[in-house]
Amino acid sequence: MDCRRAAQLISRGLDESLPWPQRFALRLHLAICDACTNFSRNVRLLRDAIRRLV
Amino acid sequence: MRTWLTGILKHKIVDSMRKSGREQPVEGDASLEQLDALFDATGHWREPPQPWPEQALESKQFLQVLEDCLARLPARTARMFLMREHLGVETKEICKELGVTSTHAWVLLYRARQALRECLQLNWFGAKSK
Repeated sequence: MDCRRAAQLISRGLDESLPWPQRFALRLHLAICDACTNFSRNVRLLRDAIRRLV
Repeated sequence: MRTWLTGILKHKIVDSMRKSGREQPVEGDASLEQLDALFDATGHWREPPQPWPEQALESKQFLQVLEDCLARLPARTARMFLMREHLGVETKEICKELGVTSTHAWVLLYRARQALRECLQLNWFGAKSK
């Protein structure tokens, strides 16, 4: 899995639960990729921030 | 919030989205191509995402920057994104209400997240660390 695909799955995983093979492949990628781990945390922080608006 | 977002959220969001959703084609058919610019030919990040300190959430200025970033999104993308992330509407419901496919919804939500992340990196997190 490359970062392009991982980023798509990270985003999609916020909108629905991923099928287990994709979840597993993503987890393997995240274990070795700081950039995508940061991306995953950033979009979660973004979600938390959006909920604080208004 | 003091901007157009207030209107989007306080008015009959679902009704107005349903209407606009069926009147025009959804933006972003080409969006995955645009997003491809974030990655090089081997699928690696051109600018790898950086760690963001959680304390940003406590900052009013940060939330203001976020609001400004949201205002730069195409209106329909912003509405869908806020429906999902602010109101917590399930993606399935959003698709039903807007008459869009789940693929369209994921593409738009992904594009919104990438655009907002870039905007926040540029105008808050990146700016802070300089």
